[in-house]
Parts: sequence; structure tokens; C-alpha cells
Amino acid sequence: MSAQELTARSDGLRRRRAVNRSMELLAWVAALIAVAILGVVVFDVGRRGWSELNWNLLTKQPIPFSFTNAPQGLANAFAGTLVIVGLATAMALPVGILVAIYLNEFAPPRIRNGVGLALDVLAGVPAIVVGIFVYSLLVVGGGGQSGIKAAFALAILMLPFVARTTIEVLALVPNALREASLGLGVPQWRTTVSIVLPRAVGGILTGTVLAVARVAGETAPLLFTSSLVGPQVGWNPAHALQTVPLAIFELSESPDPKDHARAWAAAFVLLLFILLASLTARWLATRSARKIAGR
Amino acid sequence: MASIDTTSESARRPFEGRRVHLGDVVLQGVAGAAAAGATALVLLIAWKVVDGARPSISKFGISFVWHDVWNPVVGREAYGAASFLFGTAITSFVALLLAAPLAIGIALFLTELAPRVLRGPVTSLVETLAAIPSVVVGLWGILVLGPALRSHVEPWLHSALGWIPLFGPPSSAGASIFTAIVVLTIMILPIVSSISRELFLGVPAELKEGALALGTTRWEMVRGVVFPYARGGIAAALILGLGRAMGEAIAVTQVIGGGTTISWNLFNQGDTLASKIAAEYQGATSNLDVASLIYLGLILLVLSLGANIAAQWIVRGVARRHGVTRGGRA
Repeated sequence: MSAQELTARSDGLRRRRAVNRSMELLAWVAALIAVAILGVVVFDVGRRGWSELNWNLLTKQPIPFSFTNAPQGLANAFAGTLVIVGLATAMALPVGILVAIYLNEFAPPRIRNGVGLALDVLAGVPAIVVGIFVYSLLVVGGGGQSGIKAAFALAILMLPFVARTTIEVLALVPNALREASLGLGVPQWRTTVSIVLPRAVGGILTGTVLAVARVAGETAPLLFTSSLVGPQVGWNPAHALQTVPLAIFELSESPDPKDHARAWAAAFVLLLFILLASLTARWLATRSARKIAGR
Repeated sequence: MASIDTTSESARRPFEGRRVHLGDVVLQGVAGAAAAGATALVLLIAWKVVDGARPSISKFGISFVWHDVWNPVVGREAYGAASFLFGTAITSFVALLLAAPLAIGIALFLTELAPRVLRGPVTSLVETLAAIPSVVVGLWGILVLGPALRSHVEPWLHSALGWIPLFGPPSSAGASIFTAIVVLTIMILPIVSSISRELFLGVPAELKEGALALGTTRWEMVRGVVFPYARGGIAAALILGLGRAMGEAIAVTQVIGGGTTISWNLFNQGDTLASKIAAEYQGATSNLDVASLIYLGLILLVLSLGANIAAQWIVRGVARRHGVTRGGRA
């Protein structure tokens, strides 16, 4: 091999290594950008929200259409979000678990695939279209907006999520347990309710917490179902209730900087809740994974 | 649904002709009804949205889709979706164009490059980004990002690349199509990157090791083994991201400013299908106005379901080719 050939080969190698190094660098930069974006958003919300945070936000009502200096809050929005998200969970959770039980414990494969596809499609419907749907189904000609209709809209968004996570958890429960129970002559419904579900309860809880965290910040489905509200604190879901995300949305479009301040504070509280919920879910997930496996 | 194995099939029906318990019938009936209800819900949504849009459909027909007019003045009412379709297309495609390389870069970083200590934290950080509600991203977009882009980035892009019609003179308001694109990019980044990451993790180690043993560099291994293996899945992830970008209403409404004209200048204000619906939620004046807004929702539903089903179809095809089922992790 001549010296010339050797240099040519090492030149090729050098070029390949350079390409490799620049691609690795690009991947590092991409990761850095993602972390930076997250950092900036969370930092900005935290910094601006923290300085505006006080008890008035949770205890005082807003005073609409007035540039007063009296302390204002968003007590009505926090009450409404509690009621609506609570109701949505109460609707979506049992239905989602039942769907999962049917698909994992009873359904023949063909039906399992069909309903699974329907769940995926349901998960792909944009939130605003779900809002239009509930508006068109229940609000028009059905007595107007109300908290319970908003909860129904949020429940539609939660349902595929709860069902999917429950299916995954049920599938992790060892079949030996089912077979042992059935072998002892226990009917299938007792096996499902007393053997399979208790094993899976941690995973279901994880999925529920994540679903709650996700819909607590949803705004679009509430626009048409629970947006015509006054400043009073209300707990009755038969009436339209203000919610935290909708309040942030409205305040963010206001020209008054004091409204912006309250929007930042509310966003901070919302974000804090969602991050805490995600952390809780992760903690629950590691615990329940150990429990399902029977260790 | 990967882990539903076939042995559970026999566990389900252990003895033919065993005694039928009432409880079994009840549980199966109730659970089956719930499953049927969830399936029926999809059809009900489609039907109710069509039903709500009917006055507009019967007045304007299919030409609604390509008419570029939105005039709610009673007596001279005329509605068309073209400008919003254009807005949806330009915002979601450009956002995808920006997000795709970033997301794939992040996924490569997390699977191939990152030191072990960084892997976990960065993965959870990216997933945290997905958990931020759109209204909070929108709040940040309208009060922080929009003004920053208008006073720094947009003038700079205009002076450097102003000969491209996309980078026209910046508008005076803080809101612009460009701001919406950046916001959407941030919102779809975690989705595409977390799916890509799972796909890259699924590439068999022996293929990667084989390539490296032949003397390839790490990048050549990625290009020659990881990308071809994950190609279908990445396409599906990108389509899912596109669907997400098209359907995002709140954050876009907050930052895009509103407008009913078709403009190629990214620094002008505009509107998308979803943002128009969200912006008009209390302002609709007549039945025809409401029906036309719902018609916009119908177009959006068709587009996003199309994207979603295309992505599912690709995923199932890939799963079949690879001989594994990876479907259930949506």
C-alpha cells in the first residue's frame, strides 16, 4: 500500500469522523434547546406568578369591568375547576375501567381491535371539536351552559386515556392469578372484581391522576359549555361555572396589566398542581409496578 | 396492547359448558355496554357536528371549503373556510418542519449519546413540557414570546431574508402567524420526541452492534440502521404531531391575532380553523354564523381524524412487518 493511498484512506476516515462529530453536536444542541425552552417557560411562569401569588387569589372574587385597586382573586374559578374536574373524573373513571375490563377480560380479539381503534380515534378528536359536540348536543335547545355539561366534555377527553392505561395495567396482571382463581371454581366476575382489579388498582390510580392533570388545564371544551359566568363563587354544577384555564385565557387577552398579573398567578398555581400530579403519578407507577409483579 | 398474550384467551374460557353465573352475565353486559358506548360516542360526535353545521352546509355546500370570505353582517352574510384552512396549513406544517429535526435530535441524544446521569432527567423534562396546559403556553406566548419575537427576531429575519415573501414587514401588533408557529413547535416537540425515543429504543441492539462492528461511525450506524428501522414509526409520530398542531385552539387564538385574509407574510396576523372557532365563542351573531363556525369544526374534525387514522394505519403496518405489536402505547 502506497503512502498516498494511506493518506487518502485516513482523509476519508477523518471526514467520516467529522460528519459523525457534527451530527452528535447537533443532537446535543437539539436537547439543549428543548431543555432551554422548558426552562424559560417554567421559569417565566414561576417568576411572574410567584410575585403575584397571595391568598386573595384563592379567597377573593374578581371585580369585573372596573379598574379598582381593591384586592381581587379568582376564587370562583378555583371552585368551578374543582367541581367540573371532579365530576368529569366521576364520569370517566368508571366507564373507562369498565371499557378496559371488557376489552381485556371478555372481548374476542376482533372486537378488542375495533373498540381499541375507536378509543384511538376518540383520543385524536381535537378538544375544541369535543366542545362543539357537547354544545351541539346539550347546550343548544337544552337549557344553556352548565358545569355538568362542561364536565361531560372533559370526561370525553379523559375516557380514552383512562381506558388505555387501565388496559395496559390489566394486561400486566399475571394470568396465573386468573387461572388459579378460576381453577378454585371462583366465577369469572368474582375473579375480575376481587383478584384482578385489586392488583391493578395502583396503575389505574396512576392513569387517573395523569388524566386529571391533563384535563385540569383544558380550556377549549369549556368555551362553549361553561363560559357565560358571573364573578360569584358557585358550587352548583347545574349553572355555568368559571374555571381556572378559562380565567387565564380571558385575563391574558385583557389590556389591564393587573389582569395579566392575576393570569400569571393562576397559571403558576395550575402549573404547580399539574407538575405535582405528574410527580405523584410517577411515584405511584413505580410502586404499583412492583406490586403487580407480586414482589 | 402488546402484552395481551394468547394464553389469557384460554384462561378466559377454561371449561366449555361450565355453569353460567349471573354475575358473569351482568359484568360482561355492563362492561360491554360501556365499550359499545365509547364506540358509539365517536359516531355520535361526527353526527352531531354535521348536524350543527347543517344550516351552513345547505346554504354554501362544499364550496364553503375554498371560499375566502367571512362576513357576519346580517343581510350580507357570506362564509368560507379558505383563509382559515390556509392558516391551519401554514402554521401546522411550518411548526412540524421546525419541530421534526429538533425532536429527532432529542430522541437520538436520549437513546445514543446522553450520559446515563442525564438520560432520566432530560427524558422527564421533555415529558414535563408536554404537561404544560396550552392556555399557559399561550399566556407566555402573548405576553413574553410575542413581544420578544416582534422586537428582535422578526425585524432581523425581515432584513436578512426579506426577499422571501414569507418574511415580509413585521406587523405592529405582538401577535403574528410566526408567533403561533413557534408556540405550536413548542407544543408538538415533546410528542414527536417521546414517540421517536421509544422507536429508537426498539431498534434491536444486535443490528446496531453489527453495524458498529463493521467499522461505521455512530452517525453512519444511526443513518444506516436506526432510521430505516424506525422510518414508519417516525412518519406516524410526525403525522400525530401534525394532527395535534392542527387541532390546537387556545394557545393559537391567544397569539395569532385574528384575521380573515390569506397572507404569505408570516409576520402578519391570521387565524386557523381551531383558533377562529375559539375566538368567536361568545361573538356569534346569527344561526348561520354559529353553523358556519361548526362547519369549520367539521373540517377540522375530518382533517385530524384523517391524520390520526393514517398514523394508526402506519403503526399497525410497521408492527406487522416487525413481527411485534407495539400498538397500544398511544
